[in-house]
Amino acid sequence: MKDEVLKVQDLTKIYPNGKVAVNKVSFTLNKGEIFGMLGPNGSGKTTTILMLLGLLDATKGSVSVLGYNPLRTPLEVKKRVSYLPDSVGFYSNLTAYENVDYTTRFLNLDGKERRARIDKAFKKIRLYNNRDDKIKTFSHGMKQRLGLAEVLIKEPDIAILDEPTQGLDPESVAEFLDIIRSFRDDENMSVLISSHQLNQVQSVCNRVGLFSQGSLITYGTVKELSEEQFGTNRIINLTLEEDADISEITHSIEGINQTRKIAPGQWIFTCTKDIRSKLVKALVDNRLNINSVNLQLHSLEDIYRSFFEEVKNVTE
Amino acid sequence: MSQNKGHALTGLNVVFVKEFHDFTQSVRMVVLTILILLTAGTSIYVATQTVKSCVGEDNFLLLSLFTLSKSPVPSFLTLMSFLVPLTGIALGFDAVNSEFQNRTLPRVLSQPIYKDVLLFGKALGSLASMALVLLSLWLFVIGFAMLFLGVPPTGEQISRAMVYYLITLLYGVLWFVIALFFSIICTQSSTSALVSIACWLFFMIFWPTICQLLSYAIGGTNSIVVAKTNSALARISPYVLYSEASIAILNPTTRSLGVVLFYQMDGALGGSPLPFGQSFLLIWPQLTSFFAAIILIFTFGYMKFQRMEIRV
Repeated sequence: MKDEVLKVQDLTKIYPNGKVAVNKVSFTLNKGEIFGMLGPNGSGKTTTILMLLGLLDATKGSVSVLGYNPLRTPLEVKKRVSYLPDSVGFYSNLTAYENVDYTTRFLNLDGKERRARIDKAFKKIRLYNNRDDKIKTFSHGMKQRLGLAEVLIKEPDIAILDEPTQGLDPESVAEFLDIIRSFRDDENMSVLISSHQLNQVQSVCNRVGLFSQGSLITYGTVKELSEEQFGTNRIINLTLEEDADISEITHSIEGINQTRKIAPGQWIFTCTKDIRSKLVKALVDNRLNINSVNLQLHSLEDIYRSFFEEVKNVTE
Repeated sequence: MSQNKGHALTGLNVVFVKEFHDFTQSVRMVVLTILILLTAGTSIYVATQTVKSCVGEDNFLLLSLFTLSKSPVPSFLTLMSFLVPLTGIALGFDAVNSEFQNRTLPRVLSQPIYKDVLLFGKALGSLASMALVLLSLWLFVIGFAMLFLGVPPTGEQISRAMVYYLITLLYGVLWFVIALFFSIICTQSSTSALVSIACWLFFMIFWPTICQLLSYAIGGTNSIVVAKTNSALARISPYVLYSEASIAILNPTTRSLGVVLFYQMDGALGGSPLPFGQSFLLIWPQLTSFFAAIILIFTFGYMKFQRMEIRV
């Protein structure tokens, strides 16, 4: 049994105008893992996060963060949890250092410790040379980085990052994901990350939860979700240089359930396990020329779309 | 660890220091201070020149510096009644909505503080910077008077001037709280600035006219009722409250504010000054009104702020 640092049960938020923003969401965050809350804009991710921090009242349901209830003891929760808001903002007339210094003062550290922590974080996030620049001169990417520095300075048990990679160029996204991975691996944090860019974020997450219209449709590892949705069958695509009938050859290979020819020289196999090496060997033995053999993987986006259609069909 | 376990005002000092720092260093505060110093300096200088001729005749020489005017320069009091609201509005009009516009609110509120501490810190920060600016102005006037007139002020004059300082501060705080309220209601800081200034102009220019029309409508031909209604209605305006309270405290011969009938003056020694305590008693209702208005408007703003979503 892993340690749960955060536990959410039947969390519901209904606005006075009757709009259901979050509907009976339940999930847990284990110690030392990265959990991805994935879903399109407006699916209730940010609302859920605000309720975790006690910045918004829940209509129903319970939240426990490191054993504290964020509505009853918000300060205890906020002391131990860092939050990077969706497109974070800073005071533009102050420098990067002054901005971070302001929020760090709330932590009640002595001056030496405070400066040491800020410097350490700035070095890690590679903003040390810009520490005395005004925020006015910062690009969007630099502001997001500064936000990460602030998350780091608190030395929290849990980091909650809301859309951290939004609006960044691909290179920065990769760097960001590396930093987030280091939060888990080097700093011992548990990370909750929300995003609508499913494929970008799936690579760093231990587990993901898929949000849609205020509900958490499903959660688990990407592999689990894929198997749940598409079964345990593997799909292999084969392209041959010549148009030959290979059903005789493949018939003898164990594990193939179905063989389909979709075009001259192009075949799709549905198998119970990965039989690529056996297949190649059999084809080469028969002097056939292979152009490519691929194991088809389901991306998170495929999984999400498939789940989403299911939900839509049910509600319709 | 057992200490600081999160009492209600955790972090107030941090917000206060930051806001005080911001206000005192902001361009708008510097510009306003220069404006006040220049205009008030001129007015005081002119008043000193006028008053120089009667040194020795008047026992309240220092105080008359605040109220004397010589065309075309208005008195120090009139200038302050214009400029102090402007200072309050300048400090308050974007206090809350700029945090929304800069998207800094969720970041600050995710630190270990309660939401209302941010509002308290902002209010205290601007109160302190306003008190600082007005105090330096006050000291400047008193120093100036001693330098040019060569007459040291008496204890009573200093206490009266201190009360005047307090009234001016309350007046400024009232306008700050009004601007703060609009900065909570309006999402754009330009809107809240315009609304606050509109409010200021309304009470300054239109309210006296409206008061007169209303009091004639209510009182009809009964001139006593008309006068009483007029003065009661006029006191809704902070500007009138400020002028009345200041005049009563700075001019010791003021015996009454508002409508006085002849028979009520029977037996009064006209022109003789009231003792400090009596003058203070005279303006007590005005002071109470200031306190009440400040607390009321701040409370409305506070409620609105606490119920607001912090999402942008």
